[in-house]
Amino acid sequence: MSRCKRIATGIGFAATLLAASAWADVKIAFIDPLSGGGAATGILAQKTHQFYIDAINAAGGLNGEKLELLSFDNKVNPQESLVQLKRALDEGARYVVQGNGSGVALALTDAIQKHNERNPGKEVLYLNYAAVDPVLTNEKCNFWHFRFDSDADMKMAAMVDVIARDPKIQRVYLINQDYSFGKAVAAAAARMLKEKRPDIKIVGDELHPLQKVNDFSPYVAKIKASGADTVITGNWSNDLVLLVKAGRDAGLKVNWETYYGDSPGAVTAIGEAGVDTLKHVSEWHRNASSELDTSIAAFSKRYSGKENEFVYWRIKTMWDMFVAAAKKAQSNEPAKVARALEGLKMNTGVGEVEMRADNHQILQPLFVSTLVRGTKFDSEGTGLGWKTDAKVDAKATALPTTCKMERPK
Amino acid sequence: MLELATVSLLNGIVYGLLLFMLSSGLTLIFSMMGVLNFAHASFFMLGAYFSYQLGRWIGFWPALVIAPVLCALVGAAIERYGLRRVHASGHVAEILFTFGLAYVIEELVTMAWGRNAVSNDVPTAIDFALFHVFGSTFPAYKGLMMAISVAMFGALYLGLKRTRIGLVIQAALTHPKMVSALGHDVPAMFVLVFAIGSGLAGLAGVIGGFMLLTQPTLAHSIGPIVFVVVVVGGLGSLSGAFIASLLIGLLQTFAVAIDYSLLDVMRSAGMVVTRASPMYELLAVKVATVAPVVPYLLLVLMLIVRPRGLLGTRDV
Repeated sequence: MSRCKRIATGIGFAATLLAASAWADVKIAFIDPLSGGGAATGILAQKTHQFYIDAINAAGGLNGEKLELLSFDNKVNPQESLVQLKRALDEGARYVVQGNGSGVALALTDAIQKHNERNPGKEVLYLNYAAVDPVLTNEKCNFWHFRFDSDADMKMAAMVDVIARDPKIQRVYLINQDYSFGKAVAAAAARMLKEKRPDIKIVGDELHPLQKVNDFSPYVAKIKASGADTVITGNWSNDLVLLVKAGRDAGLKVNWETYYGDSPGAVTAIGEAGVDTLKHVSEWHRNASSELDTSIAAFSKRYSGKENEFVYWRIKTMWDMFVAAAKKAQSNEPAKVARALEGLKMNTGVGEVEMRADNHQILQPLFVSTLVRGTKFDSEGTGLGWKTDAKVDAKATALPTTCKMERPK
Repeated sequence: MLELATVSLLNGIVYGLLLFMLSSGLTLIFSMMGVLNFAHASFFMLGAYFSYQLGRWIGFWPALVIAPVLCALVGAAIERYGLRRVHASGHVAEILFTFGLAYVIEELVTMAWGRNAVSNDVPTAIDFALFHVFGSTFPAYKGLMMAISVAMFGALYLGLKRTRIGLVIQAALTHPKMVSALGHDVPAMFVLVFAIGSGLAGLAGVIGGFMLLTQPTLAHSIGPIVFVVVVVGGLGSLSGAFIASLLIGLLQTFAVAIDYSLLDVMRSAGMVVTRASPMYELLAVKVATVAPVVPYLLLVLMLIVRPRGLLGTRDV
């Protein structure tokens, strides 16, 4: 067995050498939706990755090697993603970047782990910038997956902390999409509210079909009838915008506690309906620090227009950490970069971040913010912008993990 | 309870009338031309975008008139230069043509206005509360929508049944050669019908755009429900579409308000159901959770029990 392994490693090593001499590039596969319903977020993320990768190349590359971003359209479909992963591997990609959809992420992390077990020396590293199902860094964690966004439970903890401090909040309504993520949000909200504010009554726990509702008025009528003062929702895209708009139509006066109030296009579509009531949890917003990072101005110059407004701060963090890890490892080999990423700390301009070694979950500052009029930097040219209600430091976002990481020898 | 029931009733009627606005043009085109227009929802979307753009340039009220007219012109051009040629190859070709057209329009809209939703807010002229019910406001634009929808039904019904041109159009569907021999320009009539159908969709889009999201996937998100209305009402029946719209609107709205599952019903009937029972997961689903798919259930049932729909005269 060990001899087999040694030969395999030898062949793998030789192949790597050959590959390295043939193409001096480090290929990075971006597997996300580039067509269909998820395209708006997918394409913006693609541009953001491309921007920071170009910046790395302009600064001399990764340990002298150029990075190349290859894009693959997965239509947010797990099966399609596996097909695209195969293509990416055939084209020589050693790093995979994905974010939209935890269903896709679970399929990818599983497939990549198996690939790495079978192909020693040709390991692939998975950089997840947005799929937030907690299981990815708990039960289903593995050495080759790193998450650069705070998971759904961490965001909920930050949200509930802020709710707990507000004595005016007495009755909370949960409304979520009927699939794994929506259910996880509802369960986390119920659990954490009970822990931190047992006096708060949960007056409704609703699940509705994913992206199938055109008219949210009936749901708003129910929320109204329940006497809720706050609504917690993990809804995104149409399901969030239509819900908040229906609330405004019916004159519903509640706080909207959301995960995705800042997703591309949401502020434009919600507009006045969300002023002073729409809140969200994120690692960054345009008014998180007193000045915008210089790279954001450069990004806006290269990709102009409302639908290219910069939102993915965590993508910047991810590439900064990636470069630092490769430098520390003095290698662009995924296995070595992965080890260097473990426990890596840095300052991003809005605070300290750290990549946990025990489950590969990033710890980053989280901001709970409200949509208001008259902020220094507005969103999507609407005149409305996000104002920080509370900032949770990176360390304080850490939650216990059930991950039992198996590291390759 | 009374509060929720009253508000639900109102919401149901509003949604029902929105559905009728959406489907009236489709019904018209189908009943008069026999064309099942898969691109119908795309005209609705075009109406929303046109009114958004015109509203910025010249204000809401002119846009309310001009946007549907633009949609009608686009519809007329498509009938004259596209559909008419395809017509010779039969119904399958027509359906495929309109199916492809929906994608083309979606791409064009994406190119013109971008992938994200545009901020198609309710114009200030109709942005006020019409009245209050149990502390909930009822926005004026929804009132306008109800009025337009009912007026649409009235005008179409009278236009088709009581006017000369309506009778000629109806005759042209079944006996085109005879109508033509009597000196009527049948192709021009088809252009007119398609234009009116598209214009109605556009008008619905102007108002519906405020309630829904004006984005390139708009047509895709409302397309299926429109077909449910038309099939349940009876293909080509205007009154049927009206009744089906209200029925679906009310059914869906009240279903959201029902927080009970089959499990609760069985338990209250004295049956013992545990997690180990077969299909426990399915039985435990609350009616409210599946409310938005209730119309599709109705569609399937209708096709099995009564394929011609509520007031239809021929089978699907």
